[in-house]
Amino acid sequence: MLEIKDLHVSTDGQEILKGLNLSVGEGELHAIMGPNGSGKSTLGYTLAGREDYQVTSGSIELNGEDLVEMEPDERAAAGVFLAFQYPVEIPGVNNAYFLRAALNAQRKARGEEEVDGVNFLKMVRESLKDLEMDESLLKRAVNEGFSGGEKKRNEIVQMAVLQPTLAILDETDSGLDIDALKLVAHGINQLRDGKRSFVVITHYQRLLDYLSPDHVHVLSGGRIVESGGPELAQRLEAEGYGYLEKAS
Amino acid sequence: MNQTVEQVEGLIQKRYKAGFTTDIESEMIRPGLDEEVIAMISAKKNEPEWLLAWRLKAYRHWLTMAEPKWAHLNIPPIDLQALHYYASPKQKNRPKSLDEVDPKLLETFDRLGVPLHERARLAGVAVDAVFDSVSVGTTFQKELKEAGVIFCSMSEAVAEHPELVQAYLGSVVPPTDNYFAALNSAVFSDGSFVYVPKDTVCPMELSTYFRINARDTGQFERTLIVAEAGSQVSYLEGCTAPMRDENQLHAAVVELVALDRAQIKYSTVQNWYPGDENGKGGIYNFVTKRGDCRGTESRICWTQVETGSAITWKYPSCILRGERSSGEFYSVALTHNHQQADTGTKMIHLGKGSTSKIISKGISAGRSNNSYRGLVRVAKKADDVRNYTQCDSLLIGKTCGAHTFPYIESANATAKIEHEATTSRIGEDQLFYCRSRGLDEEEAVALIVDGFCKEVFKELPMEFAVEAKALLEISLEGSVG
Repeated sequence: MLEIKDLHVSTDGQEILKGLNLSVGEGELHAIMGPNGSGKSTLGYTLAGREDYQVTSGSIELNGEDLVEMEPDERAAAGVFLAFQYPVEIPGVNNAYFLRAALNAQRKARGEEEVDGVNFLKMVRESLKDLEMDESLLKRAVNEGFSGGEKKRNEIVQMAVLQPTLAILDETDSGLDIDALKLVAHGINQLRDGKRSFVVITHYQRLLDYLSPDHVHVLSGGRIVESGGPELAQRLEAEGYGYLEKAS
Repeated sequence: MNQTVEQVEGLIQKRYKAGFTTDIESEMIRPGLDEEVIAMISAKKNEPEWLLAWRLKAYRHWLTMAEPKWAHLNIPPIDLQALHYYASPKQKNRPKSLDEVDPKLLETFDRLGVPLHERARLAGVAVDAVFDSVSVGTTFQKELKEAGVIFCSMSEAVAEHPELVQAYLGSVVPPTDNYFAALNSAVFSDGSFVYVPKDTVCPMELSTYFRINARDTGQFERTLIVAEAGSQVSYLEGCTAPMRDENQLHAAVVELVALDRAQIKYSTVQNWYPGDENGKGGIYNFVTKRGDCRGTESRICWTQVETGSAITWKYPSCILRGERSSGEFYSVALTHNHQQADTGTKMIHLGKGSTSKIISKGISAGRSNNSYRGLVRVAKKADDVRNYTQCDSLLIGKTCGAHTFPYIESANATAKIEHEATTSRIGEDQLFYCRSRGLDEEEAVALIVDGFCKEVFKELPMEFAVEAKALLEISLEGSVG
């Protein structure tokens, strides 16, 4: 599904990822943990195609397709979704309108028929119900005046509607209280259908308690330095990232 | 970042879709401006003597005036003696109905999306189509007549309703008002005239479409709208011109008169040719638009979407003379490449309890300069006046400029005046966010700009809101990669 090989990425002339390897299989959920500045967000941005993150060597393939040469919108159409750590406000643009425009742009790019207003609304309402979220969210401008928690939940709504094949969540749990955290975790679990794959970037084990990841990786100094099962997350929580330095 | 800026700038390169020329023989008055030319224009139009005298008086005053220099604009010298002040498509006889109009002219307006012939007309919108210096025809005249509404070309109004024209012409914008208004008063050719009788709600939207076609001409139209007590009317103007290397001058005057409780809504979608990406060619749009809220509780609302012209100099204003009268100004001005715009409004509060609202949205891209200039003046005797001004600028790229020049002059301590201003840039963050959701760069920019303009678009009549949105999208359409 997702194959990252010896990935080197620079931004502002500085190399952040230094030979990262990661293989995510169909339907799997991988957690990426690591200290601040280890390159976690860089990985998210690079996968989604942000242009000031330059791939200097290595490869990223999604179902055999080379992602590196693709524009961000082409990647979205190919099934990549990034839930932002800091979702961006777009004043004056209705949330439902935005989401429909995005969905139809993706469908058009894939040669599928566009969804009309009525069917779209039906789809979104179902997603909102599954996610136990309020419909009033749709009528507001994209992230404008949203609380931190609402912004994160809105990312999950977008993910549910856009139905990506690979979802990358960049610290979606940061800044959430325990109720919001459960809601977001519930949203992710709803979308785990055995086919869709997830890369969940997080600082804390907290979110992983609700997600049961298949694999946990520790990112440090631009490389994955350790991989394991859920027990690795528990160990990190208990011992902190300090042990990494001792180990290396 | 630089790469993003370049790409966004690429998007702004406008494809001007109205840039074609109609191949039709023109009848022109020789170039140059003097009393003889003015007399010739007046004679062509069979005008009464008072109007010729009015023109000549304006001309003589104009000779004493100088071009205004205070705007934040760089205006190259204009050779007014090289211009033709009158051009009209050659016709054997003046067409009595649209059936007799030259098919080439009808085709031109068809191509511009303003069909005049009966089967394709816009439902519920009456159109007066002005080609160079003359009105080609006005649709739905019969239906309007039944409602008592007069909607015709200015030339026709001078011939058919001279008493109304004489009573109101120049009563809002005097011929001596400013340099370009004086010039217009001397040489104005055609334009639209609207009269809505007492307690009448005009049964349909009225619209004038201005088209400059002939080379080396100026267009100097004059529009006058009079709304009697208790009446309501909504009017829209649209404009385009062919792409030409040389600049062309458009100096119009629009006067609105609203009597007791009358409401006038005046909307503009301005798409004059803006010049090419190097700043060559384009229309100079120097326009004086003013509404007079003469009556108690009268209301005038200006809405403008400005995407064209090389240089725009225009301040649709309201004189709030009546007690509790209200003036509104909603504006979207988009400039790119080398376009310059200095636009805004004036709200002159003379009546007690009068209110005004100003919402201005400026979008600058390329190497353009976009200025908002607004005056809110409260007279000594005008108690309990309220004004709210909101002025937002959106920058695309790093080589454009946005400027705000608010003037507040209050001579009455009871006035409540609020002014808010913001400047923002289309961020890389916003663009990337939209693109990561599947929108391509053009769609993303259009979406962000559309959101920015929302408050103004919702003030436009439905059909035109759609058109305005599409126009902005075309203006933002470009050549990626």
